Amino acid sequence: MELARKWVQIVIAFLTNGYWAFPFTRAIYQGPLKVVCSPGLNCYSCPAATTYCPMGALQQLMLSMRFNLETGYYYFGWYVLGCIGVVGSFLGRMVCGWACPFGFVQEMLHKIPSRKWGVPRILRFVKYGVLLIMVLLLPLLAVNEFGIGQPWFCKYLCPAGTLEAGIPMLLLQPSLRGTIGWLFYNKLIILIAFIVWSVLASRPFCRVACPLGAFYALFSRVRLVKLQLDEAKCTQCKACHHVCPMGVKFNESPNDAECISCMACMNKACRFDAISLSVGGIPLRTVEVMKRKEA
Amino acid sequence: MESKPVTEKKRPTREKKKLRIVSFVVLTFFLCLFMAGVISGEPSRVLEQSWQICLSCIGIG
Repeated sequence: MELARKWVQIVIAFLTNGYWAFPFTRAIYQGPLKVVCSPGLNCYSCPAATTYCPMGALQQLMLSMRFNLETGYYYFGWYVLGCIGVVGSFLGRMVCGWACPFGFVQEMLHKIPSRKWGVPRILRFVKYGVLLIMVLLLPLLAVNEFGIGQPWFCKYLCPAGTLEAGIPMLLLQPSLRGTIGWLFYNKLIILIAFIVWSVLASRPFCRVACPLGAFYALFSRVRLVKLQLDEAKCTQCKACHHVCPMGVKFNESPNDAECISCMACMNKACRFDAISLSVGGIPLRTVEVMKRKEA
Repeated sequence: MESKPVTEKKRPTREKKKLRIVSFVVLTFFLCLFMAGVISGEPSRVLEQSWQICLSCIGIG
């Protein structure tokens, strides 16, 4: 299952970044696919990006909402919210575990041998603040004389944008190198900090600062596809605690907002068949569990 | 005393049913939101935005 998950992550990373003509055109993809929402955090200014980033698009709609309303365009971000809301209602944070390119990058970095650390659980609340303040409120309320705001999260924080768009654009267009200043260095430092942190701890950006993860986390109780615990079979052995990349104690909180449904607890830890994947409340059995049962 | 296990069994099933209904209500709500966005012409605005590189958005400029 872990191998299947890796393949899904790779395929989705390539599908959402499938414009490989960019080294020749030296420009970003401008085709019709960019109306499709990327399920994970994937900067749409990345030269290879074929889809739009929901957080980037949501901020762009928020920052220009006043201006749009004054000029007779009634854009409230419903299309983007609807897209990620439908994905969230089905999968919730399963997207983080299976379909986010930046989550995949963090997982690969964590494989680098080093001493490993945990992430304090209190820090998980930071991402809700990032979603509310940097993605929704500041772009909407902190506006200039024309009624236009700024994409605060993209501009000052997003390390995925620096990795996927900022650095590649500087490599592709050397003329841009003269324009970099403190803004770029600030974002570069944030990117380096998260890279180093990802080596030392599992998925720190997803756990601490990702606004998209915070949005999907709101669906943890109501999402249709999720892991469920059979309390009758659970022996409270706590084996699931040690394998979770998000620090979830699954037997204590099966609907935890941090669960990315990577299924490590189900396939690697639980020997009592107490954890299963369910779709709309109907439990499914994976091939690995079936094999273990047969044995 | 005998009826206690039955009520204990019934309660989680009822809660699960309620949660399942809520799941579909939430899904329907976001589908409606998506449709409202399509009708109001937001996809073309999203497309316009995503075709442009916002240099300051990626830390350049």
